[in-house]
Amino acid sequence: MIDKRYDDALAAVSDVKDGSTVLIGGFGEAGNPTELIHALIEQGARELTVINNNAGNGEIGLARLLKARRVRKIVCSFPRGTHSHVFDELYAANQIELELTPQGTLAERLRAGGAGVAGFYTPTAAGTDLARGKETRIFGDREYLLELAIRADFALIKAEKADRWGNLVYNKAARNFSPVMAMAAEVTVVQARRLCEPGELDPETIVTPSIFVDRIVHVPDPIRESDHLRDLDQELAR
Amino acid sequence: MSGWSREQLAARAARDIPDGAYVNLGIGQPERVADLMPPGREIILHSENGILGMGPAPSPENRDMELINAGKKPVTLLAGGAFFHHADSFAMIRGGHIDVCILGAFEVTCGGDMANWSTGDKGPPAVGGAMDLVAGAREVRVMMSHQTARGAPKLLEALSLPATGRRVVKRVYTELAVLDPLGEVFRVVELAPGVDAEQLRAATGAPIAF
Repeated sequence: MIDKRYDDALAAVSDVKDGSTVLIGGFGEAGNPTELIHALIEQGARELTVINNNAGNGEIGLARLLKARRVRKIVCSFPRGTHSHVFDELYAANQIELELTPQGTLAERLRAGGAGVAGFYTPTAAGTDLARGKETRIFGDREYLLELAIRADFALIKAEKADRWGNLVYNKAARNFSPVMAMAAEVTVVQARRLCEPGELDPETIVTPSIFVDRIVHVPDPIRESDHLRDLDQELAR
Repeated sequence: MSGWSREQLAARAARDIPDGAYVNLGIGQPERVADLMPPGREIILHSENGILGMGPAPSPENRDMELINAGKKPVTLLAGGAFFHHADSFAMIRGGHIDVCILGAFEVTCGGDMANWSTGDKGPPAVGGAMDLVAGAREVRVMMSHQTARGAPKLLEALSLPATGRRVVKRVYTELAVLDPLGEVFRVVELAPGVDAEQLRAATGAPIAF
Protein backbone atom coordinates (compact mmCIF):
# COMPACT_ATOMS: atom_id res chain seq x y z
CA MET A 1 0.00 0.00 0.00
CA ILE A 2 1.22 3.49 -0.82
CA ASP A 3 0.73 5.93 1.98
CA LYS A 4 2.82 9.12 1.83
CA ARG A 5 1.22 10.68 4.91
CA TYR A 6 3.48 11.75 7.77
CA ASP A 7 2.26 12.32 11.30
CA ASP A 8 3.77 15.75 11.62
CA ALA A 9 5.74 18.37 9.74
CA LEU A 10 8.96 17.86 11.70
CA ALA A 11 9.11 14.18 10.74
CA ALA A 12 8.55 15.10 7.10
CA VAL A 13 11.60 17.40 6.96
CA SER A 14 13.84 15.46 9.37
CA ASP A 15 16.46 14.54 6.72
CA VAL A 16 17.12 18.01 5.28
CA LYS A 17 20.89 18.38 5.54
CA ASP A 18 23.14 21.40 6.02
CA GLY A 19 23.82 22.91 2.58
CA SER A 20 20.67 21.48 0.99
CA THR A 21 18.83 23.26 -1.80
CA VAL A 22 15.17 23.78 -0.90
CA LEU A 23 12.36 24.95 -3.18
CA ILE A 24 9.61 26.80 -1.34
CA GLY A 25 6.27 27.39 -3.05
CA GLY A 26 4.16 30.50 -2.77
CA PHE A 27 3.72 33.94 -4.29
CA GLY A 28 3.07 36.70 -1.82
CA GLU A 29 1.15 34.90 0.88
CA ALA A 30 -0.75 32.60 -1.47
CA GLY A 31 0.57 29.05 -1.30
CA ASN A 32 3.25 29.50 1.35
CA PRO A 33 3.96 26.24 3.22
CA THR A 34 4.45 28.18 6.46
CA GLU A 35 4.11 25.20 8.83
CA LEU A 36 6.67 23.17 6.85
CA ILE A 37 9.12 26.09 6.99
CA HIS A 38 8.63 26.38 10.73
CA ALA A 39 9.35 22.65 11.04
CA LEU A 40 12.52 23.19 9.01
CA ILE A 41 13.59 25.91 11.46
CA GLU A 42 12.97 23.53 14.35
CA GLN A 43 14.86 20.79 12.51
CA GLY A 44 17.92 23.01 12.37
CA ALA A 45 19.53 22.58 8.91
CA ARG A 46 21.86 25.44 8.03
CA GLU A 47 23.64 26.93 5.01
CA LEU A 48 20.58 26.35 2.87
CA THR A 49 20.03 27.58 -0.67
CA VAL A 50 16.37 28.57 -0.94
CA ILE A 51 14.40 29.15 -4.12
CA ASN A 52 11.16 31.11 -3.80
CA ASN A 53 9.61 33.91 -5.85
CA ASN A 54 10.03 36.38 -3.00
CA ALA A 55 12.20 36.67 0.10
CA GLY A 56 9.73 36.48 2.94
CA ASN A 57 7.30 38.92 4.52
CA GLY A 58 6.89 39.83 8.16
CA GLU A 59 8.52 37.42 10.59
CA ILE A 60 6.92 34.07 9.83
CA GLY A 61 7.67 31.39 7.27
CA LEU A 62 10.56 32.20 4.93
CA ALA A 63 11.28 35.50 6.72
CA ARG A 64 11.64 33.60 10.01
CA LEU A 65 13.96 31.07 8.33
CA LEU A 66 16.12 33.96 7.09
CA LYS A 67 16.06 35.65 10.49
CA ALA A 68 17.25 32.39 12.09
CA ARG A 69 20.26 32.68 9.73
CA ARG A 70 19.71 29.30 8.10
CA VAL A 71 19.92 30.54 4.51
CA ARG A 72 23.21 31.16 2.74
CA LYS A 73 21.74 32.01 -0.64
CA ILE A 74 18.34 32.89 -2.04
CA VAL A 75 17.27 32.56 -5.66
CA CYS A 76 14.21 34.71 -6.35
CA SER A 77 12.65 37.21 -8.73
CA PHE A 78 11.24 39.82 -6.37
CA PRO A 79 12.71 40.18 -2.87
CA ARG A 80 11.05 43.56 -2.32
CA GLY A 81 7.82 43.53 -0.32
CA THR A 82 5.68 45.61 1.98
CA HIS A 83 7.17 43.75 4.95
CA SER A 84 10.50 42.39 3.62
CA HIS A 85 12.62 44.02 6.35
CA VAL A 86 14.29 40.75 7.43
CA PHE A 87 15.72 40.15 3.96
CA ASP A 88 16.48 43.86 3.42
CA GLU A 89 18.62 43.99 6.55
CA LEU A 90 20.54 40.80 5.74
CA TYR A 91 21.11 42.01 2.18
CA ALA A 92 22.30 45.45 3.31
CA ALA A 93 24.71 43.77 5.75
CA ASN A 94 25.99 41.45 3.00
CA GLN A 95 24.90 38.42 5.01
CA ILE A 96 22.93 36.69 2.30
CA GLU A 97 23.70 35.94 -1.32
CA LEU A 98 21.01 36.93 -3.84
CA GLU A 99 20.63 35.38 -7.29
CA LEU A 100 18.00 37.50 -9.02
CA THR A 101 16.17 35.63 -11.78
CA PRO A 102 13.33 36.89 -13.97
CA GLN A 103 10.13 35.26 -12.78
CA GLY A 104 9.35 33.44 -16.01
CA THR A 105 12.92 32.23 -16.29
CA LEU A 106 12.67 30.94 -12.71
CA ALA A 107 9.46 29.03 -13.48
CA GLU A 108 10.93 27.60 -16.69
CA ARG A 109 14.22 26.62 -15.00
CA LEU A 110 12.17 24.63 -12.50
CA ARG A 111 9.98 23.09 -15.20
CA ALA A 112 13.12 22.15 -17.15
CA GLY A 113 14.68 20.66 -14.03
CA GLY A 114 11.61 18.54 -13.45
CA ALA A 115 11.45 17.44 -17.08
CA GLY A 116 15.09 16.39 -17.50
CA VAL A 117 15.98 19.39 -19.70
CA ALA A 118 19.45 20.72 -18.86
CA GLY A 119 18.86 24.26 -20.05
CA PHE A 120 17.07 26.41 -22.62
CA TYR A 121 17.48 29.63 -24.58
CA THR A 122 15.22 32.58 -23.83
CA PRO A 123 15.22 36.22 -24.99
CA THR A 124 14.15 37.31 -21.50
CA ALA A 125 16.85 39.53 -19.94
CA ALA A 126 19.07 39.45 -23.06
CA GLY A 127 21.08 42.66 -23.25
CA THR A 128 20.45 43.57 -19.61
CA ASP A 129 22.65 43.43 -16.52
CA LEU A 130 21.01 40.10 -15.62
CA ALA A 131 22.61 38.58 -18.74
CA ARG A 132 26.11 39.05 -17.35
CA GLY A 133 28.19 35.91 -17.51
CA LYS A 134 25.55 33.99 -19.47
CA GLU A 135 26.11 32.30 -22.79
CA THR A 136 24.21 33.99 -25.62
CA ARG A 137 23.15 32.79 -29.02
CA ILE A 138 21.38 34.42 -31.94
CA PHE A 139 18.31 32.67 -33.34
CA GLY A 140 16.88 34.51 -36.36
CA ASP A 141 17.53 38.17 -35.60
CA ARG A 142 17.18 37.94 -31.86
CA GLU A 143 19.59 37.36 -28.99
CA TYR A 144 18.80 34.59 -26.50
CA LEU A 145 20.36 33.64 -23.16
CA LEU A 146 21.20 30.14 -22.07
CA GLU A 147 19.45 29.51 -18.76
CA LEU A 148 20.15 26.37 -16.76
CA ALA A 149 17.62 24.06 -15.15
CA ILE A 150 17.15 24.03 -11.39
CA ARG A 151 16.99 20.78 -9.47
CA ALA A 152 16.77 20.68 -5.71
CA ASP A 153 17.05 18.31 -2.78
CA PHE A 154 13.66 19.22 -1.34
CA ALA A 155 10.50 21.07 -2.30
CA LEU A 156 8.14 22.37 0.38
CA ILE A 157 4.72 23.22 -1.01
CA LYS A 158 1.12 23.73 0.06
CA ALA A 159 -1.97 22.19 -1.48
CA GLU A 160 -5.69 22.37 -0.83
CA LYS A 161 -6.33 18.63 -1.08
CA ALA A 162 -4.14 15.56 -1.25
CA ASP A 163 -5.01 11.90 -1.43
CA ARG A 164 -2.67 9.45 0.29
CA TRP A 165 -0.93 8.68 -3.03
CA GLY A 166 -0.05 12.38 -3.34
CA ASN A 167 -2.37 13.56 -6.07
CA LEU A 168 -2.90 17.27 -5.47
CA VAL A 169 -5.32 20.05 -6.17
CA TYR A 170 -4.69 23.65 -5.16
CA ASN A 171 -6.79 26.67 -4.24
CA LYS A 172 -7.03 29.55 -6.72
CA ALA A 173 -3.79 31.54 -7.12
CA ALA A 174 -2.13 29.56 -4.32
CA ARG A 175 -1.11 27.08 -7.04
CA ASN A 176 1.62 29.37 -8.53
CA PHE A 177 5.06 27.68 -8.40
CA SER A 178 4.06 24.51 -6.54
CA PRO A 179 3.41 22.20 -9.52
CA VAL A 180 6.79 22.95 -11.15
CA MET A 181 8.61 22.80 -7.82
CA ALA A 182 7.06 19.41 -7.07
CA MET A 183 8.59 18.16 -10.32
CA ALA A 184 12.07 19.59 -9.71
CA ALA A 185 12.96 18.14 -6.29
CA GLU A 186 14.30 14.80 -5.14
CA VAL A 187 11.89 14.89 -2.21
CA THR A 188 8.65 16.86 -2.40
CA VAL A 189 6.88 17.54 0.88
CA VAL A 190 3.31 18.83 0.79
CA GLN A 191 1.24 20.40 3.51
CA ALA A 192 -2.40 19.91 2.60
CA ARG A 193 -5.44 21.48 4.13
CA ARG A 194 -7.56 18.39 3.47
CA LEU A 195 -6.69 14.73 3.02
CA CYS A 196 -8.71 12.17 1.10
CA GLU A 197 -8.55 8.65 -0.30
CA PRO A 198 -7.44 7.76 -3.85
CA GLY A 199 -10.48 8.02 -6.11
CA GLU A 200 -12.02 10.96 -4.31
CA LEU A 201 -10.28 13.57 -6.49
CA ASP A 202 -11.70 13.85 -10.01
CA PRO A 203 -8.87 12.52 -12.22
CA GLU A 204 -9.70 15.19 -14.83
CA THR A 205 -8.91 17.95 -12.34
CA ILE A 206 -5.82 16.63 -10.55
CA VAL A 207 -3.16 19.31 -11.04
CA THR A 208 -0.10 17.57 -9.62
CA PRO A 209 -0.10 13.80 -10.23
CA SER A 210 1.16 11.70 -7.33
CA ILE A 211 4.45 10.70 -9.00
CA PHE A 212 5.82 14.16 -8.13
CA VAL A 213 4.94 13.95 -4.44
CA ASP A 214 6.79 12.06 -1.69
CA ARG A 215 5.43 13.18 1.69
CA ILE A 216 2.15 14.64 2.87
CA VAL A 217 1.43 16.45 6.13
CA HIS A 218 -2.09 17.40 7.16
CA VAL A 219 -2.29 21.08 8.18
CA PRO A 220 -6.01 21.84 8.32
CA ASP A 221 -5.82 25.41 9.53
CA PRO A 222 -2.59 27.05 8.33
CA ILE A 223 -1.30 30.39 9.60
CA ARG A 224 -2.56 33.32 7.54
CA GLU A 225 0.25 35.73 6.71
CA SER A 226 -2.16 38.67 6.42
CA ASP A 227 -3.26 38.14 10.04
CA HIS A 228 0.38 38.07 11.12
CA LEU A 229 1.22 41.23 9.14
CA ARG A 230 -1.78 43.04 10.64
CA ASP A 231 -0.62 42.10 14.14
CA LEU A 232 2.94 43.13 13.28
CA ASP A 233 1.78 46.53 12.01
CA GLN A 234 -0.28 47.08 15.17
CA GLU A 235 2.73 46.16 17.29
CA LEU A 236 4.95 48.60 15.40
CA ALA A 237 2.33 51.36 15.69
CA ARG A 238 2.36 51.06 19.49
CA MET B 1 -1.14 72.35 -13.11
CA SER B 2 -3.85 69.84 -12.22
CA GLY B 3 -3.64 66.68 -14.32
CA TRP B 4 -5.32 63.30 -13.88
CA SER B 5 -5.95 61.62 -10.55
CA ARG B 6 -4.65 58.05 -10.21
CA GLU B 7 -8.14 56.76 -10.86
CA GLN B 8 -8.61 58.95 -13.94
CA LEU B 9 -5.21 57.87 -15.22
CA ALA B 10 -6.06 54.18 -14.84
CA ALA B 11 -9.37 54.79 -16.62
CA ARG B 12 -7.53 56.63 -19.40
CA ALA B 13 -5.16 53.69 -19.91
CA ALA B 14 -8.08 51.24 -19.79
CA ARG B 15 -9.84 53.23 -22.54
CA ASP B 16 -7.06 52.34 -25.00
CA ILE B 17 -7.51 48.58 -24.55
CA PRO B 18 -9.46 47.03 -27.43
CA ASP B 19 -12.35 44.62 -27.02
CA GLY B 20 -11.16 41.02 -26.84
CA ALA B 21 -7.60 41.80 -25.75
CA TYR B 22 -5.60 39.69 -23.29
CA VAL B 23 -3.88 42.18 -21.01
CA ASN B 24 -1.29 41.76 -18.27
CA LEU B 25 -1.20 44.32 -15.47
CA GLY B 26 2.03 44.95 -13.57
CA ILE B 27 2.62 45.98 -9.98
CA GLY B 28 1.81 49.47 -8.73
CA GLN B 29 -0.31 51.99 -10.58
CA PRO B 30 -1.34 49.53 -13.35
CA GLU B 31 -3.16 47.39 -10.76
CA ARG B 32 -5.89 50.09 -10.67
CA VAL B 33 -6.76 49.44 -14.33
CA ALA B 34 -8.56 46.26 -13.24
CA ASP B 35 -11.07 48.37 -11.31
CA LEU B 36 -11.80 50.73 -14.18
CA MET B 37 -12.38 48.60 -17.26
CA PRO B 38 -14.43 50.35 -19.95
CA PRO B 39 -18.03 49.09 -20.06
CA GLY B 40 -19.23 47.23 -23.12
CA ARG B 41 -15.93 45.48 -23.86
CA GLU B 42 -14.80 41.98 -22.96
CA ILE B 43 -11.16 42.28 -21.95
CA ILE B 44 -9.39 39.38 -20.27
CA LEU B 45 -6.88 40.40 -17.64
CA HIS B 46 -3.89 38.15 -16.99
CA SER B 47 -2.08 38.16 -13.66
CA GLU B 48 1.41 36.64 -13.73
CA ASN B 49 0.71 34.54 -10.63
CA GLY B 50 -1.65 32.29 -12.54
CA ILE B 51 -4.95 34.03 -13.30
CA LEU B 52 -6.83 34.75 -16.52
CA GLY B 53 -10.09 36.65 -16.16
CA MET B 54 -8.98 38.70 -13.18
CA GLY B 55 -11.71 41.04 -11.97
CA PRO B 56 -11.72 44.19 -9.81
CA ALA B 57 -10.82 44.37 -6.13
CA PRO B 58 -13.39 42.64 -3.87
CA SER B 59 -15.49 44.21 -1.15
CA PRO B 60 -13.69 43.92 2.23
CA GLU B 61 -15.84 40.98 3.40
CA ASN B 62 -14.98 39.02 0.24
CA ARG B 63 -11.20 39.30 0.46
CA ASP B 64 -9.41 36.02 -0.16
CA MET B 65 -5.63 36.09 0.20
CA GLU B 66 -5.33 33.07 -2.08
CA LEU B 67 -6.88 35.13 -4.89
CA ILE B 68 -4.39 37.99 -5.28
CA ASN B 69 -2.81 39.98 -8.11
CA ALA B 70 0.86 40.53 -9.00
CA GLY B 71 1.05 43.22 -6.32
CA LYS B 72 -0.21 40.66 -3.75
CA LYS B 73 -3.50 42.49 -3.27
CA PRO B 74 -6.86 40.69 -3.24
CA VAL B 75 -8.77 40.57 -6.51
CA THR B 76 -11.76 38.67 -7.90
CA LEU B 77 -12.27 36.17 -10.71
CA LEU B 78 -14.74 36.86 -13.52
CA ALA B 79 -17.04 34.18 -14.94
CA GLY B 80 -14.90 32.27 -17.43
CA GLY B 81 -11.73 32.90 -15.46
CA ALA B 82 -9.05 30.24 -15.01
CA PHE B 83 -6.15 29.36 -12.73
CA PHE B 84 -2.87 27.77 -13.85
CA HIS B 85 0.67 27.30 -12.59
CA HIS B 86 3.58 29.67 -13.02
CA ALA B 87 5.27 27.94 -15.95
CA ASP B 88 2.02 28.05 -17.94
CA SER B 89 1.45 31.64 -16.87
CA PHE B 90 4.84 32.68 -18.18
CA ALA B 91 4.43 30.56 -21.31
CA MET B 92 1.50 32.89 -22.02
CA ILE B 93 3.83 35.86 -21.56
CA ARG B 94 7.02 34.51 -23.12
CA GLY B 95 5.22 32.68 -25.91
CA GLY B 96 3.77 35.90 -27.32
CA HIS B 97 0.17 35.31 -26.28
CA ILE B 98 -0.36 38.54 -24.29
CA ASP B 99 -1.63 41.40 -26.47
CA VAL B 100 -0.82 44.28 -24.14
CA CYS B 101 0.99 44.69 -20.85
CA ILE B 102 0.90 47.79 -18.67
CA LEU B 103 3.89 48.14 -16.36
CA GLY B 104 5.07 50.61 -13.79
CA ALA B 105 8.52 52.14 -14.32
CA PHE B 106 11.23 54.30 -12.77
CA GLU B 107 12.36 55.73 -16.12
CA VAL B 108 11.31 55.64 -19.79
CA THR B 109 13.23 57.17 -22.70
CA CYS B 110 11.99 58.72 -25.93
CA GLY B 111 13.65 55.76 -27.64
CA GLY B 112 11.33 53.37 -25.77
CA ASP B 113 13.89 52.06 -23.27
CA MET B 114 12.62 51.44 -19.77
CA ALA B 115 14.02 50.80 -16.30
CA ASN B 116 11.95 49.40 -13.47
CA TRP B 117 13.93 46.71 -11.62
CA SER B 118 17.03 48.19 -10.06
CA THR B 119 17.66 51.47 -8.27
CA GLY B 120 21.39 50.98 -8.65
CA ASP B 121 23.06 50.56 -5.28
CA LYS B 122 20.06 51.60 -3.20
CA GLY B 123 18.41 48.47 -1.84
CA PRO B 124 17.95 45.03 -3.38
CA PRO B 125 16.95 44.75 -7.03
CA ALA B 126 13.57 43.18 -7.87
CA VAL B 127 12.73 42.16 -11.43
CA GLY B 128 9.62 39.99 -11.04
CA GLY B 129 8.08 39.34 -14.44
CA ALA B 130 9.10 42.65 -16.03
CA MET B 131 11.86 41.30 -18.28
CA ASP B 132 9.66 38.40 -19.37
CA LEU B 133 6.90 40.85 -20.25
CA VAL B 134 9.04 43.27 -22.24
CA ALA B 135 10.52 40.33 -24.17
CA GLY B 136 7.25 38.50 -24.76
CA ALA B 137 4.18 40.76 -24.71
CA ARG B 138 3.08 42.06 -28.12
CA GLU B 139 2.83 45.63 -26.85
CA VAL B 140 4.34 47.24 -23.76
CA ARG B 141 2.80 50.31 -22.19
CA VAL B 142 3.92 52.11 -19.04
CA MET B 143 1.88 53.86 -16.39
CA MET B 144 3.82 55.94 -13.89
CA SER B 145 4.17 59.32 -12.20
CA HIS B 146 5.66 61.93 -14.53
CA GLN B 147 8.42 62.85 -12.06
CA THR B 148 10.07 61.31 -9.01
CA ALA B 149 8.94 62.26 -5.50
CA ARG B 150 11.85 64.74 -5.52
CA GLY B 151 10.67 66.35 -8.74
CA ALA B 152 13.25 64.83 -11.10
CA PRO B 153 12.04 63.84 -14.56
CA LYS B 154 11.34 60.16 -15.28
CA LEU B 155 10.85 60.64 -19.02
CA LEU B 156 14.39 60.99 -20.32
CA GLU B 157 16.65 60.90 -23.36
CA ALA B 158 18.79 58.14 -21.83
CA LEU B 159 18.31 55.85 -18.84
CA SER B 160 20.28 56.55 -15.68
CA LEU B 161 19.25 53.19 -14.17
CA PRO B 162 19.86 49.63 -15.46
CA ALA B 163 17.55 48.79 -18.37
CA THR B 164 14.67 46.32 -18.16
CA GLY B 165 14.41 46.42 -21.95
CA ARG B 166 15.38 48.62 -24.88
CA ARG B 167 13.11 50.00 -27.61
CA VAL B 168 10.14 48.22 -26.08
CA VAL B 169 7.73 50.88 -24.76
CA LYS B 170 5.00 52.02 -27.15
CA ARG B 171 3.00 54.36 -24.90
CA VAL B 172 3.38 56.10 -21.53
CA TYR B 173 0.56 57.28 -19.28
CA THR B 174 1.37 59.83 -16.58
CA GLU B 175 -0.78 62.19 -14.53
CA LEU B 176 0.19 64.95 -16.99
CA ALA B 177 -0.11 63.36 -20.42
CA VAL B 178 -0.27 60.36 -22.71
CA LEU B 179 2.95 60.16 -24.72
CA ASP B 180 4.38 57.85 -27.39
CA PRO B 181 8.18 57.37 -27.54
CA LEU B 182 9.06 57.94 -31.19
CA GLY B 183 12.87 57.70 -31.08
CA GLU B 184 14.17 61.27 -30.81
CA VAL B 185 11.09 62.70 -29.09
CA PHE B 186 8.01 61.86 -27.09
CA ARG B 187 4.94 62.63 -29.17
CA VAL B 188 2.15 64.02 -26.99
CA VAL B 189 -1.03 62.08 -27.68
CA GLU B 190 -3.10 63.90 -25.08
CA LEU B 191 -2.57 66.48 -22.35
CA ALA B 192 -4.36 66.03 -19.06
CA PRO B 193 -6.90 68.72 -18.18
CA GLY B 194 -5.26 71.90 -16.89
CA VAL B 195 -1.79 70.98 -18.19
CA ASP B 196 -0.22 73.05 -20.96
CA ALA B 197 2.67 72.37 -23.29
CA GLU B 198 5.16 74.51 -21.36
CA GLN B 199 4.40 72.77 -18.07
CA LEU B 200 4.79 69.39 -19.71
CA ARG B 201 8.07 70.42 -21.36
CA ALA B 202 9.45 71.63 -18.01
CA ALA B 203 8.56 68.35 -16.30
CA THR B 204 10.02 66.15 -19.05
CA GLY B 205 13.69 65.26 -19.48
CA ALA B 206 13.47 64.68 -23.23
CA PRO B 207 12.13 66.63 -26.23
CA ILE B 208 8.37 66.53 -26.73
CA ALA B 209 6.43 67.15 -29.92
CA PHE B 210 2.76 67.68 -30.68
